[in-house]
Amino acid sequence: MAKILSLAEGVAELINDGDAVALEGFTHLIPMAAGQEVIRQGKRDLTLIRMTPDLVYDQLIGAGCAAKLVFSWGGNPGVGSLHRFRDAVQNGWPHPLEIEEHSHAGMANRYVAGASGLPFAVLRGYSGTDLPGKTPTIKTITCPFTGEELAAVPALNPDVTVIHAQRADEAGNVQLWGITGIQKEALLAAERSLVTVEEIVPSLEPVPGGIVLPSWAVTAVATAPGGSRPSYAHGYYERDNELYKQWDAISRDRESFTAWLDSEVLRTEGTPA
Amino acid sequence: MSDYTSDEMMSVAAARTLRDGDVCFVGIGLPSTAANLARRIQAPHLVLIYESGTLGAKPETLPLSIGDGELATTADTVVSVPEVFNYWLQAGRIDVGFLGAAQLDRFANINTTVIGGDYADPKVRLPGAGGAPEIAASCREVTIVVRQSLRAFVEKVDFVTSVGFGSGPGDRERLGLRGGGPQRVITDLGVLEPDPATCELTLTRVHPAVTAEEVRAATCWDLKVAPDLRTEPEPTERELTVLRGLTS
Repeated sequence: MAKILSLAEGVAELINDGDAVALEGFTHLIPMAAGQEVIRQGKRDLTLIRMTPDLVYDQLIGAGCAAKLVFSWGGNPGVGSLHRFRDAVQNGWPHPLEIEEHSHAGMANRYVAGASGLPFAVLRGYSGTDLPGKTPTIKTITCPFTGEELAAVPALNPDVTVIHAQRADEAGNVQLWGITGIQKEALLAAERSLVTVEEIVPSLEPVPGGIVLPSWAVTAVATAPGGSRPSYAHGYYERDNELYKQWDAISRDRESFTAWLDSEVLRTEGTPA
Repeated sequence: MSDYTSDEMMSVAAARTLRDGDVCFVGIGLPSTAANLARRIQAPHLVLIYESGTLGAKPETLPLSIGDGELATTADTVVSVPEVFNYWLQAGRIDVGFLGAAQLDRFANINTTVIGGDYADPKVRLPGAGGAPEIAASCREVTIVVRQSLRAFVEKVDFVTSVGFGSGPGDRERLGLRGGGPQRVITDLGVLEPDPATCELTLTRVHPAVTAEEVRAATCWDLKVAPDLRTEPEPTERELTVLRGLTS
């Protein structure tokens, strides 16, 4: 059964320095509040795993929490670059960042393998690209039935996966809907899991296209209303596209980012407004 | 005809290449603009698929990201990310993949990873692969939309993120890429298509008031020009009105 904790307790209990951590949510339901709590608690040397680092990892990287990034697309969607990610890769600020780079299809299949208890996944991917030459976790395998050569990628099994969902019930069953992305696979692939939710309700009403993650598959649930902003929670609030655009200027240089971090994250407690 | 920009001409020319009923895997930015324009002009039954898992999205306004809420509320169905890549893309169910590029070479190989320096210490770190390598591999055909410049149209890409025709004829088959590869590159100056014999991108159309020499001057390699070079028709009033309604 999932424990109901505060966000601060959840992050403190589940995430340790040096852990491999996946904060997932494909554009929708990105666990931003949890990421900022990780920053506030000063976690260090994390291996951050995420298909699209997005603002959540730009913030963690700029705040110095990450030693390594495992990812497949590191941009600000529809806007441009993630400047803190770029500064870390190009200039080693605030310290060097090791990267392990895949394609979306590769990352998705790595989570599927992790959730399935398999050591690796097979896909048609990467053939002819320069990625296999730079990423040691891309290899080829020969199909034992057809002789065809295919790509093989190792399972992702994070120490901790953190996701954000619309709601949970008092027993800790979690419900999410809309674009559900890769969250189920990422959560089931992990050793431990923390789910932040918009609200805890007495019982879960079915929602078309919704998925439920049963309480016994989740380690802890914490309420974090608005915990996905400026990403969004379908049925609760919309994506704040203006803030995604503003992030370009906030994150562009180290001084403005540091000032933002200080005023918006480090000097606040819990969920940002 | 009212005035229009070269970017508008590019979006219109890209939209015109889509046929009604096509199933189209759409990247964000110029590809999404073109696909949404086509759906409002000649291809009302165009099926838009975004990598967030929204199949058959019908957005009223242009999304900023590939996972905006409106894509999910207007979709025929929303599937998981592993499903969209495995069941729909990898299995060969997509007609057209629409991609952008930071760099492109004569065989339409695409770089969206790093520019300059080396991979470990790049001059410019770009976002990376996303869904592009497998879109380029598995769609029946690929359309690339990119502004034409010496910076983008290079002799050799700094990194092969997504494969066009590799180093020439036969490479896609040798690499096991099952889709047909890039069939056209739409730029702000014209349209390039692969030569059927050599796979090399060749200028087949110029936009109105653009000369072949101008396009060649914006290309690092010795760009070949088709003997029957045509001029793309100007945007119609309707195309411009709808496009401006989308992007305003």
